[in-house]
Amino acid sequence: MNVDWKLSQEIQLLRLVTVGSVDDGKSTLIGRLLVDTKGAFEDQLLSVTTKRDAASEAEVDLAMLTDGLSAEREQGITIDVAYRYFATPKRKFIMADCPGHEQYTRNMVTGASTSNAAIILVDARNGVMPQTKRHTHILSLLQIPHLIVAINKMDLIDFNQQKFEDIRDELSGFCAKQGIHDLTTIPMSALNGDMVTVRGEHMDWYQGSTLLEVLESLEVTERVDKKRFRFPVQLVNRPQTRELPDYRGFMGSVVSGTVKVGDKVMALPSGQTSTVSEIVTFDGSPDEAFFPQSVTLTLEDEIDISRGDMLVHSDELPSAEREFSANVCWIGDEPLSERKKYSIKQTSNAVMAMVIAIEYKTDINTLEHADSDELAMNEIGRVRFKLQKSLFYDTYAENRATGSFVVIDTFTNNTVGAGMIV
Amino acid sequence: MSEHKLTQLKTLEAESIHIMREVVGEFRNPVMLYSIGKDSSVMLHLARKAFYPAPLPFSLLHVDTGYKFPEMYEFRDAYVKEIGADLIVKSNDDAISKGMNPKEFGVARCCGALKTKGLLDALEEGGYDAAFGGARRDEERSRAKERVFSIRDEFGQWDPKNQRPELWNIYNGQIHDGESVRVFPLSNWTEMDIWLYIREENIPIVPLYYAKERPMIERGAMLIPYYKEMESQFLEGEKPTQVMSRFRTLGCMPCTGAVRSDATTIDDIVAEAAAARRSERETRIIDHGSNSMEDKKKEGYF
Repeated sequence: MNVDWKLSQEIQLLRLVTVGSVDDGKSTLIGRLLVDTKGAFEDQLLSVTTKRDAASEAEVDLAMLTDGLSAEREQGITIDVAYRYFATPKRKFIMADCPGHEQYTRNMVTGASTSNAAIILVDARNGVMPQTKRHTHILSLLQIPHLIVAINKMDLIDFNQQKFEDIRDELSGFCAKQGIHDLTTIPMSALNGDMVTVRGEHMDWYQGSTLLEVLESLEVTERVDKKRFRFPVQLVNRPQTRELPDYRGFMGSVVSGTVKVGDKVMALPSGQTSTVSEIVTFDGSPDEAFFPQSVTLTLEDEIDISRGDMLVHSDELPSAEREFSANVCWIGDEPLSERKKYSIKQTSNAVMAMVIAIEYKTDINTLEHADSDELAMNEIGRVRFKLQKSLFYDTYAENRATGSFVVIDTFTNNTVGAGMIV
Repeated sequence: MSEHKLTQLKTLEAESIHIMREVVGEFRNPVMLYSIGKDSSVMLHLARKAFYPAPLPFSLLHVDTGYKFPEMYEFRDAYVKEIGADLIVKSNDDAISKGMNPKEFGVARCCGALKTKGLLDALEEGGYDAAFGGARRDEERSRAKERVFSIRDEFGQWDPKNQRPELWNIYNGQIHDGESVRVFPLSNWTEMDIWLYIREENIPIVPLYYAKERPMIERGAMLIPYYKEMESQFLEGEKPTQVMSRFRTLGCMPCTGAVRSDATTIDDIVAEAAAARRSERETRIIDHGSNSMEDKKKEGYF
């Protein structure tokens, strides 16, 4: 990591995801970013250095750097998300490298869910593929704030500006239909490094920023609700030691908004109210706490609160319903179907749920809605759930943390769905 | 009003604390693996923060191969006592009594017996359904693929092709009887983050991380620490020389190399880590050979 270590304490974290179809060069792009930002070490590079044939010079196989499983190297494809880390003097990046194959779409959803930005790779020779559309649609459902389209392998189409613009216009048209307008499109040759971290010599006609310049300048937390305070309680802290016999603190993360000492808060579901008496941390007691800090809150009154409950400001209550609709990416082997029961985990809260209707299934290519009795693996649709008890939530558009949930199959215990409440 | 922005280190800290609290909320009997190294030191420090002002709600488990450096045992016992943690030490006594060592039996067999089997036996004996480990995804390419909650079957084995999707920061802790989960709260930390955090938080670490004149066997490019009790593990004709050196990672004495270094302070170490061109695991004999970490992980190794 070639970071100025004096500065690196102040830099922020950006989480990003790379997606695309098979063989459009994601792993090569990430390898390129790692090499150019010195996020990969010499011995790691050496271990993936190969010769094409006996006569040629040894070169780094950039994809081998990220395909970490033996099955992946065997088949030459990416199966699961790989997380990679690199840093510049301006920012640290966590990059989720996602598989392109349709059968591994669920791993792509995993990688994308935590991201602030996405890089969508498109092979300039092939243009917009079905998988490009699928990924773009998933990214729009997940409401990834920044989408960057990298039209890669420009070297293989002689850096043709017209072809670049055709692909850009086709994809931006598709995105506009889904309400995505913040789209940055960059022509690129990841193999040569053109427009990744340096401009290169082949595309003077392109006036925009390089990929790294874009990544370094994106806003990091704009999708977080800064107003409405939400504090899902993970645990109740009761040391019961000689020094702290009666101490009760509520442990959790501030997933949105801000809380201050003296704030009136309400506990859900009980509806009881109290006042924050202290924000407790190992490093002292600050006057306020904000996203994404993990803290412990103590209250002036003894009220009933346990894991899965939520503390909020009483004038900004979330929805409390026993039924809701959600966009669902289905990632289970067994299809989702009506009348089936699942467990839903939202924040630190788990509740039983039943599918009462599949409102529609989305055709990925046309974005048209169709009737369906089930959602199979990798399908996306709008599903209505009925819950065994009320859930406290905001819509996903308002609050990523309280509007998202996972669906768990109670028989296999597997995570089978990703839900975003509408 | 302040800007309400966290530095990347504080963001990582908050994420790690969130993960640890979820584990304690979801599992019946968690344990924290403690290897005495710098990552364990950071993980333990984060755990103290996560549950403050309460004591740690789980024990520390050290799977001891018997081959750790004397400085590591000293540090372990003093530090655990200082912070009042409950430490459990377990070993594969059967293999140790049969004289298991890397020179005669090979590194793979020795690691398999003393580390992997030692760990699996200790986890089973303790009946733990969750075990925290300090592994980081930037360490090695198969680790880059692992989830934060990594499900293990009843044999403690990892199936990398069939990992449970992990969405947002919602962790699914549902498991069947006999299954367990390995949890990696430092997944998103890099070596550089570890050192910066140790500096920022003044976290105590084993003195072997700081450079000093130490007796070393020079074998090829490797510096192997010389300890009299390890003599049987050296090759014929190998003699120690004094080398100004330190350790980037700490493992077992016969299998952990040192690096030449003048870094005697934490600032020096941070500067050295920032300039490093080779990965820290280069000095660990365990990782070399094709695919070795993935194979070991499938078998149950951390």
